[in-house]
Amino acid sequence: MPEGLELPAYARSLGLSLTGGEEGGMPILTVDFGPMVEGRPQHFHGGATAGLLENAGYAALRTALLAAGRDPLLKPINITVQYLAAGKSQASFAVGRITRLGRRNANVTVEAWQSDRTRPIATAVMNILMV
Amino acid sequence: MRSPMNTPTPRFDAREASKWFFRHGHTGWLGLRFTDQGDNWVELELPWREDLIGDSSQHVLASGPIISLMDMASGMAIWQTRGTFQPVATLDLRVDYQRPARERASVKGRVECYRITRSAAFVRGIAYDDDLADPVAHVAGCFMTIGADPREANPALGGGGDA
Repeated sequence: MPEGLELPAYARSLGLSLTGGEEGGMPILTVDFGPMVEGRPQHFHGGATAGLLENAGYAALRTALLAAGRDPLLKPINITVQYLAAGKSQASFAVGRITRLGRRNANVTVEAWQSDRTRPIATAVMNILMV
Repeated sequence: MRSPMNTPTPRFDAREASKWFFRHGHTGWLGLRFTDQGDNWVELELPWREDLIGDSSQHVLASGPIISLMDMASGMAIWQTRGTFQPVATLDLRVDYQRPARERASVKGRVECYRITRSAAFVRGIAYDDDLADPVAHVAGCFMTIGADPREANPALGGGGDA
């Protein structure tokens, strides 16, 4: 886990945390199921899943930037979330992958899953501006 | 989903539904509030809160809760348009951020359902802080109804030709 990687206030209050594990050098985030993330009974709210994906995307980008000795301000340009399966009442995980790291912008893809890493419940593509 | 003839289901009303929707769960934790509605749109408000900021150097709402706001307003716009509460699943949701929300500002999300079929619904909307003409974000999404598989519908009971 890279030194200096911190989750923002929103991520922490939503109950997200770093598992300490990684995939492709990028940190894995997790959130337990509970009232704060519940939409329809016993399922994740789509917004909570998006919050997990988005934060995993930022964590991946921060990790890549730290490795490159860069510390820019990150501004979201857009995010597209695809929901693939209902998020059930159990822990969810997510990890980001940098598709392209440019000078001014980055393209990041993120996957979220639950008990089976090979069956994602949601994916996201994010474009992030770095200033 | 059919009710007995002597107890007609009241038409879905976003204002009424908000009274129990936002009491618990993710949207209750965010503190979402109902603000306004039309025939095919719903507007909700996400109050500003210190622990929802996205960046410790700025007193600005994170983008994550704005997705939650727009996702919820989308679902409610669909029920408002359809007139009934029928669970929907988000297929995809795209958010284009136009600018950060203002410091310590709450954000409103107004979403309209511009097309609805038996199994799918399409929405678009904007998130803004004080001027509808100066949005914080634009969103577009696609939803599917769950619980009622249109392939099992009996065409004799009024099945239409749409998807």
